[in-house]
Amino acid sequence: MWKWFHQLASPPHFYRISLLIAPWLGVSGLILVAYGAWQGLFVVPMDYQQGDAFRIIYVHVPSAYLSMMAYMIMATSGAIGLIWRIKLSHAVAAAAAPIGAGFTFLALCTGSIWGRPMWGTWWEWGDPRMMSELILLFLYFGYMALRSSIDDTTKADKASAVLALVGIVNVVIVHFSVEWWSSLHQGQTVFKKGTMDADMRIPLFIMLIGFTLLFGSMLLRRIRTEVLYRERRTRWVREMILSPKGGT
Amino acid sequence: MKPRQQRMLAVGLAALGIAIAAGLTLRAFQDNMMFFVEVSDVAAGKYPKERNFRIGGLVVGGSVQREEGSIDIRFEVTDTACTVPVSYSGVLPDLFREGQGVVAHGRMGEDNVFAADKIMAKHDEDYMAPEVADSLSKHQQDIQQAVVKGASECGTSDS
Repeated sequence: MWKWFHQLASPPHFYRISLLIAPWLGVSGLILVAYGAWQGLFVVPMDYQQGDAFRIIYVHVPSAYLSMMAYMIMATSGAIGLIWRIKLSHAVAAAAAPIGAGFTFLALCTGSIWGRPMWGTWWEWGDPRMMSELILLFLYFGYMALRSSIDDTTKADKASAVLALVGIVNVVIVHFSVEWWSSLHQGQTVFKKGTMDADMRIPLFIMLIGFTLLFGSMLLRRIRTEVLYRERRTRWVREMILSPKGGT
Repeated sequence: MKPRQQRMLAVGLAALGIAIAAGLTLRAFQDNMMFFVEVSDVAAGKYPKERNFRIGGLVVGGSVQREEGSIDIRFEVTDTACTVPVSYSGVLPDLFREGQGVVAHGRMGEDNVFAADKIMAKHDEDYMAPEVADSLSKHQQDIQQAVVKGASECGTSDS
């Protein structure tokens, strides 16, 4: 088991393995998202209060969940990189940031579009949930800016890992903001019993799994390019590129 | 101690320090993190006097009065213990109705009526199909009963 882990942490080995896994994640994710979207848009009954507008939940909740998930992956792999000096884990952190920022942006947009007719406002400054999610977006931006402003990769890895670790506080705040403080945003629905009918809930779970698989596929592809760039001067990359198969 | 363990300790201690610092900061700013003030606090006079603030509660069943031929509206909000009257003139969100959670932005008038310049509806965490909601309309009755029953408890809750 440990041997397998250590092997996976070696860039050439990871490069080969991820090449096999990424397409499967992508295809199964697409199928689940397509099925979930069809269910969510056409099959699921409308909500008793919100009518059809509630259907945006099938994009909003998975995006919001992944915006935090991607951050936790980024921060944990940064910490692993700091402690165990594993090169691959810094590549994982670097690759996760832009995807996480994308999902954060999507969560903010879908929330805003839903908020206009339901709450009666696009955006409320001072609402803890909205503010902490916006800060999460800025943390991603800051993380990426810090990375690209330091030329030395090793130094950039360390500095950005520290930033990512500090920012975990904000992820905790995003999650608990609706419980600790009064907020316009409603409380937890997804993992609480009896708050959502089963025929509405099941497509949401399908979307959550589908989004996660798509995220996994995107992440693997981004790590692969990151690894390739970081290892561009090594022998295994040279050999792979020059081999008859051309490294695909 | 191996260098790796030293690094682990350093990261762990740093994380602990940040967590404590964040916890203390958030505790200190507790009141400022609140998006709205509870009805009971407003009724007890615990609200910002010199500036606008938001009040959050449920719209009391049967309290909504519309002015004939205008968009002026008056209603009461409650947290099932106290009630505060609210006046408003403008467009209401789709979800606004009796028994619904709302957040009103504005300031307290001399006459102890909250003059709102913006009304937002606060959605709860329940999602269900219309047929299911019909069979569960008991929920709405509970809210209205709570309003009637609880009104006498106003001011006793903060002990």
